[in-house]
Amino acid sequence: MPREPERNKKGDRPAVDAGHAAAKAMSEAAVEPTTSSTEADSGEVFALMGRFESPAEITHACEALRDAGYKHFDAHTPFAVHGLEKAMGLPPSRLPFIVLGGGITGLVSAISFAYWSQAVDYPLVIGGKLAFSFQAFIPIFFELTVLFAAFATFFGMWGLNRLPTFFHPVHTYPSFHRASDDSFIVSVEARDPKFDMTKTRELLEKLGAREIGAVEA
Amino acid sequence: MSDLAMVQEDVPGKRVPLVLGKQDFHSVTESVAGIVEGPTPHKWKLLFVLALSILLILLGSLGRLVTKGIGVWGNNTTVGWAWDITGFVFWIGIGHAGTLISAILFLFRQKWRTSINRAAEAMTIFAVMSAGIYPLFHVGRVWFAYWLFPIPNQMGMWPNFKSPLFWDVCAVSTYATVSILFWYVGLVPDLATLRDRAKTKTRQIVYGIFALGWRGSHRHWLNYERAYGILAGLSAPLVLSVHTIVSFDFAVSIIPGWHTTIFPPYFVAGAIFSGFAMVMTLMIIARKAFGLERLITMRHLENMNKVIVATGTMVGYAYAVEFFIAWYSGNPYESFALMNRAFGPYKWAYWTMVSCNVIFPQLFWFKKVRTSIPAMFVISIIVNIGMWFERFVIIVTSLSRDFLPSSWAYFRPTIFDITTFFGTFGLFMTMFLLFLRFLPMVAIGEVKSVLPAADAHPHHDDDGHDAPGSEGMSKEPVHAA
Repeated sequence: MPREPERNKKGDRPAVDAGHAAAKAMSEAAVEPTTSSTEADSGEVFALMGRFESPAEITHACEALRDAGYKHFDAHTPFAVHGLEKAMGLPPSRLPFIVLGGGITGLVSAISFAYWSQAVDYPLVIGGKLAFSFQAFIPIFFELTVLFAAFATFFGMWGLNRLPTFFHPVHTYPSFHRASDDSFIVSVEARDPKFDMTKTRELLEKLGAREIGAVEA
Repeated sequence: MSDLAMVQEDVPGKRVPLVLGKQDFHSVTESVAGIVEGPTPHKWKLLFVLALSILLILLGSLGRLVTKGIGVWGNNTTVGWAWDITGFVFWIGIGHAGTLISAILFLFRQKWRTSINRAAEAMTIFAVMSAGIYPLFHVGRVWFAYWLFPIPNQMGMWPNFKSPLFWDVCAVSTYATVSILFWYVGLVPDLATLRDRAKTKTRQIVYGIFALGWRGSHRHWLNYERAYGILAGLSAPLVLSVHTIVSFDFAVSIIPGWHTTIFPPYFVAGAIFSGFAMVMTLMIIARKAFGLERLITMRHLENMNKVIVATGTMVGYAYAVEFFIAWYSGNPYESFALMNRAFGPYKWAYWTMVSCNVIFPQLFWFKKVRTSIPAMFVISIIVNIGMWFERFVIIVTSLSRDFLPSSWAYFRPTIFDITTFFGTFGLFMTMFLLFLRFLPMVAIGEVKSVLPAADAHPHHDDDGHDAPGSEGMSKEPVHAA
């Protein structure tokens, strides 16, 4: 996945990919279940995907996938469906540690910069006060802590999510545009050791997924 | 009506649902994204031309200022701060409602915020931009505005970090930055919706770039919601600190009428008060113009009115306490400043302020007034006028009567004071209209998450209802209390 951003620096990928890659995947989705078992061996398939219509359905589907031993699967939803992380067996986000690091960096740099510039580099006596009286510096310490923590949150979150990634194979799923509208789409990745074209498809069918189809890497 | 009952279960007593009518996920997308995708309304074009004309007035006034110097304003030796800082504090105050709605109401799990937070956040950013005009241009030689930042001058001297004016630079620039980050984080999933619905290649590419390739992955949502919660947690004390520090510009000085400890809470309450009034003015127009009555309901408006009456009363209390302390402290300068404020040459401004901020909002105690669109529209405008006068009264009355009676002077604005302030509305309106036209004015994803259908476990009443970001924090039933 890290190779993706470079490939898409120009940023014009979404248009192009959503265009003809969708058409490519359209034919993929139409492939008969009997022939799809051969594709699994070709190594071309990225994931098998299916569409659900409610948060309850996808929660149930994720629970079933998790219980069946799948690890590399994902849910694509128009909003954060709460409880889905439990259904998928995901660990909590590591973001708070990054933010803590950002906040501490902000505070330490504020203190050291203020001390150096006001008391070491060019001390000024204003109103007969000490060059460095910490009380008068607290607003600046606070603001810089918040600023660095906010930057850490922002960049840390996109970093953890490996975004921007302007192209991802799941975008080629024909109904993928509905994942930001009213559909709840599940993708089971082929790299999962449990993945098997036939068995995974059967499981998704059993769970009530619509428009089951494979997408190419 | 079972869906109705489900929305209501998050609140004690009987309340109207957050979203009216039979709404499903798709209809929410349609009603919000449709505004951005449809043809440009005729009225929008007219308003945009109007806004641009007012913006031109601003540019002309600033051009005059830059070529002639700040003498084009009416500031005089005693009143060294007048309409410029009044306008700055006015706009910064308005800018507080957005973050308050998006951060503090979020932390308190006030789900009604989901319909209004996006527009309020946008308003915050544009208000801070309008406010920023003043510090930027009041330096006169605007090309030296970077002197505000901690950069040593040619003698190697640093700006004074112990000065409230420098704190203000840090606070306002941090606030602007964090507000933009927060707003953008909230926008990304909705930009992805617009990208996925795009009919033209340009739209797809532009929204596609700003959507960063968002694919709604739950692995991403997990980090996203945590980030949203953290940004809310960071913004809540930040928003309080910003107006506190703005008030330090006054309170840390020794001018009578300014040097009081009540200023920070008083300014924060006033900021929320004026900000909500501005959100109200804008929302009433926008919901009507874009047919969003089902998403921005009377319940939202009524709740905002309640906030307005509460903060207006706090502001009124602060006016009273200022007088009490002026008397109780036994400080003759302080009591003179306050008596001069209410009964001196600026008494017309003082009493305009009191009636606009303290008396008129009290009408919101009546449900009839609180739920009447024309009444709340008028009151919201009155409040904004009153809050402008509040800053004017604080700044000008104290300065025009300083310790040396021979330098007392009456401040009169020049035409450029007036056109500059008027022009900032052009900047604000232009930005806001562009926002309404090109970005989703309601947080699509967040509104979906408060629909009854968003509940993944209809038998647990605490899951699935919450706005994004509540992951990990709302595992306990929050409405139990």
